[in-house]
Amino acid sequence: MSFDLTVAWAVLLAFAVYIYVVLDGFDLGIGILYPFFPEKEDRDLMMNTVAPVWDGNETWLILGGGGLFAAFPMAYAIIMPAVYPLIIAMLLGLIFRGVAFEFRWRAGKTFSKFFWDWAFIGGSVTAALTQGMILGTLLQGIEVDGRAYGGGWLDWLTPFTLLCGVAVVFGYALLGACWLNWRIEGPMQHKVRVLARILGFATLGFIGAVSLATPFLEPAYFDRWFAWPQILEVSPIPIAVIGLTFWLAKELFDERNDWAPFVITLGLFGLCFLGLGVCMWPYVIPTEVTLWDAASPYKSQLFMFVGAVVLVPVILAYTCYAYWVFRGKMKVGDGYH
Amino acid sequence: MDLSFGLDATLLARIQFGFTVAFHFIFPAFSIGLASYLAVLNGLYLWSRDEAYLRLFRYWIKIFAISFAMGVVSGIVMSYQFGTNWSVFSDLAGPVVGPLMAYEVLTAFFLEAGFLGIMLFGRQKVGDKLHMFACLMVAGGTAVSATWILSVNSWMHTPAGFVMGENGQFLPDDWWAIVFNPSFPYRLWHTLTAAYLTTAFIVGGVGAWHLLKGRLENRGVKIMFSMAMWMAAIVAPLQIVAGHEQGLNTYEYQPTKVLAMEGHFESHDDGIPLILFGIPNQAEQRMDYEISIPRLGGPILEKGLDASMDGLDTVPIDQQPPVAIVFWSFRIMVAIGLAMMGVGLWSLWSRWRGNLYYDTWLHRAALVMGPSGLVAVIAGWITTEVGRQPYVVYGELLTADAVSPLGASAVGASLLAFIVIYFAIFGAGIVYLLKLMRKPPETFERGYESEPGPTRTQGLTPAAVETPDADVQPAE
Ligand code: HDD
Ligand code: HEM
Ligand code: HEM
Repeated sequence: MSFDLTVAWAVLLAFAVYIYVVLDGFDLGIGILYPFFPEKEDRDLMMNTVAPVWDGNETWLILGGGGLFAAFPMAYAIIMPAVYPLIIAMLLGLIFRGVAFEFRWRAGKTFSKFFWDWAFIGGSVTAALTQGMILGTLLQGIEVDGRAYGGGWLDWLTPFTLLCGVAVVFGYALLGACWLNWRIEGPMQHKVRVLARILGFATLGFIGAVSLATPFLEPAYFDRWFAWPQILEVSPIPIAVIGLTFWLAKELFDERNDWAPFVITLGLFGLCFLGLGVCMWPYVIPTEVTLWDAASPYKSQLFMFVGAVVLVPVILAYTCYAYWVFRGKMKVGDGYH
Repeated sequence: MDLSFGLDATLLARIQFGFTVAFHFIFPAFSIGLASYLAVLNGLYLWSRDEAYLRLFRYWIKIFAISFAMGVVSGIVMSYQFGTNWSVFSDLAGPVVGPLMAYEVLTAFFLEAGFLGIMLFGRQKVGDKLHMFACLMVAGGTAVSATWILSVNSWMHTPAGFVMGENGQFLPDDWWAIVFNPSFPYRLWHTLTAAYLTTAFIVGGVGAWHLLKGRLENRGVKIMFSMAMWMAAIVAPLQIVAGHEQGLNTYEYQPTKVLAMEGHFESHDDGIPLILFGIPNQAEQRMDYEISIPRLGGPILEKGLDASMDGLDTVPIDQQPPVAIVFWSFRIMVAIGLAMMGVGLWSLWSRWRGNLYYDTWLHRAALVMGPSGLVAVIAGWITTEVGRQPYVVYGELLTADAVSPLGASAVGASLLAFIVIYFAIFGAGIVYLLKLMRKPPETFERGYESEPGPTRTQGLTPAAVETPDADVQPAE
């Protein structure tokens, strides 16, 4: 059989998670950047650039979780208890920042305004940090016992997972800065661009650190990256990362195409995803559970696949339309009118 | 530190699920109905070009936006609860319920989220027609979402269309039978009308409040009160019929639940009494202080006056749900249903006498009944969910066997965090909602697009930008 539905689902889920990471990445990034913009008008403007789209962005997270549940239920059942405190913290973070979108405008007193601003910041940072740590936990390995999680409830807390968490915070902040660079103008844009340069270098440093640490977590990863002749197949990924970084730096210093840094950052995240895929394939929980071990029966995967093939393009189409409706540069005090 | 509060992990996980889902459901119950109401208001405005409808649309959409946001964030929690707290359930039932929930995401959540931005902020950008389309997509999305999740939930009550795998997994056999499982049509009907009723009574309660404040010259207030009372008069009786039909369906598939709802510990072979009140005493397996009407229980279950029925005494005690919870929550729901119908009939009578806007006692009743839909909805869910215990997939998988291998402290700690944070956050949200409702729809209702809120222009009144507070002050 040439077409394997399980692989198709793995690709589709990876796609959903990638879309989630870059879309919610930039709007979480805006929350992470809030402390650098203490002025109320600036903060209003930053939030306004994402207010019409953040809910759609977050829906990809539900698709990622729901898709894993449906297509690889056993993996879902093992991973969720393994990272239990992280998931709870992420969900609570998302609650704080999600309601802040509405409550910030309703708050009357100075104190409650201050509170919801910090709810937005704290929620965004928490969500980004925990997402990175969840990824780190998956990479460093999860103890499996039969069809269930076999480890303790703090196994996810290691220096490596913390490194991954911080890396994601910086990565999202970079995405947020590049998004703002595209959507706003004037002195504020100038300030974001400076931030983007710093964040760009920091993110590259973190990508480097995580990539260097990962192959030493697991002999299998090491072989993937350094064994001959695979090294020929995988080496384009790090090379492309370096290439894109130079291009990003050039665009940020030249200040010509405001959209370019954002698009290049999407590419950087894409490459990180590919690298992750190289490490994990063909496992869903590295070296313990393969995609096929965890797959739900053919009938379940087929039933959903038919729907997904039709619906995902439709969803992408109207999502693009919604972004198109709210396109263009925004100024302080400006709204969609 | 021991955060298990002396309870076992399973019970804590159940409390956590019940708490988070009950909190979650408060918001969908309101926003499903409100989304449709907004679409109707917008349609009426486009059709009649009567500014009063536009004003009402702008008034309610601010409330909708807050309620919807709270529904979304509490819903994301729900979709991860299955994996975190019910991992064994997820592994075993995932092949059947997972795809249905994935369809909910693909057909409903994206639709709502994709068009919400346009509905809230886009009227000037896309024009009236596309804006109306967006309103319809959001309203449709909420109903589609309810359809899928209720199919999942109904399947757990009346599982069908599956075969048992060797590893204990439920494997799908016939998708049609899974989606349209026996209790699904009843549950969908009853829950959707519940959402419409809940919204009607909130809208009616707000209208009544402003009428009581003497805002009779405000057409918006009159329109919303009148529309809400039409809904109450028409939909409340339908809801009672729906509930009755569902009870019959439940009696067929989950007779134990109905016995608990009606409090029948004893079997009867000559006429079934209708138990109105009593204190269920499950330990002794009898009803204390029972007040009942002889023989009337038969006709309610569409049996004869001298019908016979097996009681809970034929069910082993470890197979029985907690009777008192089911018995009382059912009574709360039914009492509210009857009271809703009462208000509906009363409004018809007042209307007929031309007194709808002047009948202060009706307004007081409607105000008190404002939040009743939310109470009824939660009571209904408690009846349904507690009544199926000890099973999570009825007759197939015990709740105690479905729980994640987690320590009680882990579940207890997260439960505590949920409780504290939910009350704080959603409490604040409810305060903001009430503040918005306390103010009547104004002649110059600025609506969502042009207020000092998300994505708005400075508008005509720069002062208001500085003090958004001004717009939540009562306009006395
Ligand atoms: C998709 C499935 C699903 C849906 C739509 C609902 N439930 Fe449920 N409910 C469950 C699936 C479930 C469950 C997973 O099956 C639980 C967890 C443990 C259990 O026994 O059943 C449960 C338990 C449970 C409990 C605790 C009962 C007990 O353990 O004694 C309550 C109070 C509720 N639910 C209330 C609700 C409310 C208010 C809902 C409205 C949104 C709701 N449920 C929808
Ligand atoms: C355990 C069960 C449930 C789960 C896992 C769940 C999951 C979710 C999720 C993830 C969201 C957020 C979607 C978004 O981002 O737009 C959501 C919102 C929503 N849910 Fe639930 N839900 C449950 C119960 C229910 C029930 C029983 C209904 C209806 C009868 C319902 C109706 C809705 C609606 C209409 C929304 C849209 C948001 C809103 O209107 O406030 N949900 N739900
Ligand atoms: C006299 C009127 C009513 C009757 C006879 C009635 C009957 C029922 C029954 C028998 C159930 C349990 C279903 C099961 O066995 O699983 C139920 C559940 C429920 N009821 Fe009612 N009900 C009434 C009024 C209401 C009202 C007024 C509301 C809300 C506004 C409401 C909301 C619900 C909800 C949300 C559920 C849980 C979901 C479901 O299983 O459908 N009910 N009702």
